[in-house]
Amino acid sequence: MIDNTIEFLEPYTYLIIGSIKALVIAGALMGVVPGLVWLERRLMGRFQVRLGPNRVGPFGLGQPISDSIKLLFKESIIQSSADKFLFHLAPAIVVFTSIVAFAVIPFGEPITIFGQKIGLLVADVNIGLLFVFAISGMGIYGIVLAGFSSNNKYSLMGGLRSSAQMISYELTLGLAAVSVIAITGSLSLTDMVKGQEVIPNILIQPLAFLLFFTAGVAETNRAPFDLPEAEQELVAGFHTEYSGMKFAMFFMGEYINMVTMSALITLLFLGGWNAYGLPLWPILAFAGKVAVLLCVFIWLRSTYPRIRYDRLMTFGWKFLLPLSLFNLLVTSVFVVL
Amino acid sequence: MLESYLGAGLMLLLAIGIAVGMVVMTSFLGPKRQFADKMEPFECGESPIVSPHQRFSVKFYLVAVLFVLFDIEAVFFFPWAILFKQLGIFGFVEMLLFILILGVGLLYVWKRGGLDWE
Amino acid sequence: MELLIFYPLAGLCVIFALGVVFNKNPIGSAMSLIAMMLGLAGIFVLQQAHFIAILQIIIYAGAIMVLFMFVIMLLNLKGDDAVWKKREKNTLLTVLTGLLIAGVLYKVLEITSAGEFDSPAHVLETFGTVREVGTILFTEFVLPFEVASILLLVAMIGAVVLAKSKVD
Repeated sequence: MIDNTIEFLEPYTYLIIGSIKALVIAGALMGVVPGLVWLERRLMGRFQVRLGPNRVGPFGLGQPISDSIKLLFKESIIQSSADKFLFHLAPAIVVFTSIVAFAVIPFGEPITIFGQKIGLLVADVNIGLLFVFAISGMGIYGIVLAGFSSNNKYSLMGGLRSSAQMISYELTLGLAAVSVIAITGSLSLTDMVKGQEVIPNILIQPLAFLLFFTAGVAETNRAPFDLPEAEQELVAGFHTEYSGMKFAMFFMGEYINMVTMSALITLLFLGGWNAYGLPLWPILAFAGKVAVLLCVFIWLRSTYPRIRYDRLMTFGWKFLLPLSLFNLLVTSVFVVL
Repeated sequence: MLESYLGAGLMLLLAIGIAVGMVVMTSFLGPKRQFADKMEPFECGESPIVSPHQRFSVKFYLVAVLFVLFDIEAVFFFPWAILFKQLGIFGFVEMLLFILILGVGLLYVWKRGGLDWE
Repeated sequence: MELLIFYPLAGLCVIFALGVVFNKNPIGSAMSLIAMMLGLAGIFVLQQAHFIAILQIIIYAGAIMVLFMFVIMLLNLKGDDAVWKKREKNTLLTVLTGLLIAGVLYKVLEITSAGEFDSPAHVLETFGTVREVGTILFTEFVLPFEVASILLLVAMIGAVVLAKSKVD
């Protein structure tokens, strides 16, 4: 009976393993969001010398769960002059792109179970890095549509502003990555980690790391680049009109993007799952680096004030972009010598 | 080779499922208590006077055009960076020329005030 | 197996392409166009053209369509706009475009039905990867590559001159 089943399933092994991996990763991403919200609120509390959520469950751990249940049962208001279909589509796009982009992120060496070599990622694409850029670039449409369909001037202005911000910083993100690719000679994220077995790229390419990190913070719309929210002038930016779970979906997208960006920085600059002599499992080393980066993201939010929109655009175009081109030139001179 | 994209395809379907599922769920689960004032666009408690659909500053258009151009440039860099070690000095000169020509463009845009955001 | 993926993808592409034409709302048309481009990228992947597929997403769906969206929002075209509804219908142009597309389709059909296409082309494992495309681009086609930079320069200058010229 069992033999027959196994025989029947043999040709579909790849499909089955792939489905399981996709389910596990998507589930983990969905699970990581409440945890991250909790972490952010606790840390922000400490930074601001207050307690943060501590009533629901031990250390307030139940808070994000109760919050998400509450959000699910809240009324989702669609104001009457909004474009209904696009209004529903926008948060779906944000969540969709953030989950898909994570498909190519590897978090360890391939492992062997039951004679099957299983890579620790959903899709082992040889152009992993470009895939992440391409898919997360699609996330812009979620924000543009949210702003457009709400039929509210704050939303529209917020959506337009944040999409202009995202495209401006996407350039720096790409160009900073190019100098790492020039060193590694591959677009595969697994190969990049292999290339850093001795020293992590951050020591060879400190400038590229800073550029990539700054652009990454801006790409994920985090403070000090959280202009789309800018509550003092735009109420809440593109999600002013959203309520209930649809409102939460924008934040889900933001937090998943934050995890993807931290994972990407870890893979490109911090040596991925290489532990550099520390007695750690590769997966733990990887997770530890990502966790530290996430804490830095939160730390930045509670340290820096939001910058003005004109300064933001000038900073991106007149400072970061020329600097990343310059960094690329310097890198290529060094590689060619 | 194609198999590796199968995983991406599965993830794609799953993500569509999750995203659509959440939107549908929240539309059905929540209460529905609608009245005219609630359904108006948010305007800090006032009735909106000005229509949100006004024309926008051309600056956004310029940013989008420049983004398209520099994105195409960046895309040329990716295969170049992979092949850089093989191409050697020839590849370096090639790309130096490319960057210089576009650098002139960036300089022109800068001097004409295309990057100013006043 | 390949056909099992190809037909749904191609079907979706056609549906979204029709969506571009028949959508009343310009933003809706733009979204359909993006969806169609993503479908096309999937078809490129099936044809082992990985780099082209990702370029299709990054450049067309990711960059050029953002520009389209911005222009639609800048001009403030809305589906229920009186100007948008009353736009002139140019019959001559419609017929000419239709004829042109019909001609192209006829030629494509003629080529595909004449050739032998039943065996899936025997391509190397590396075919269509970034490395392969790059090797050809940076050795054989150096001149077009450099000319492309001049093209980009001209486009840049044009954009600035258009956007920054004073209109009184």
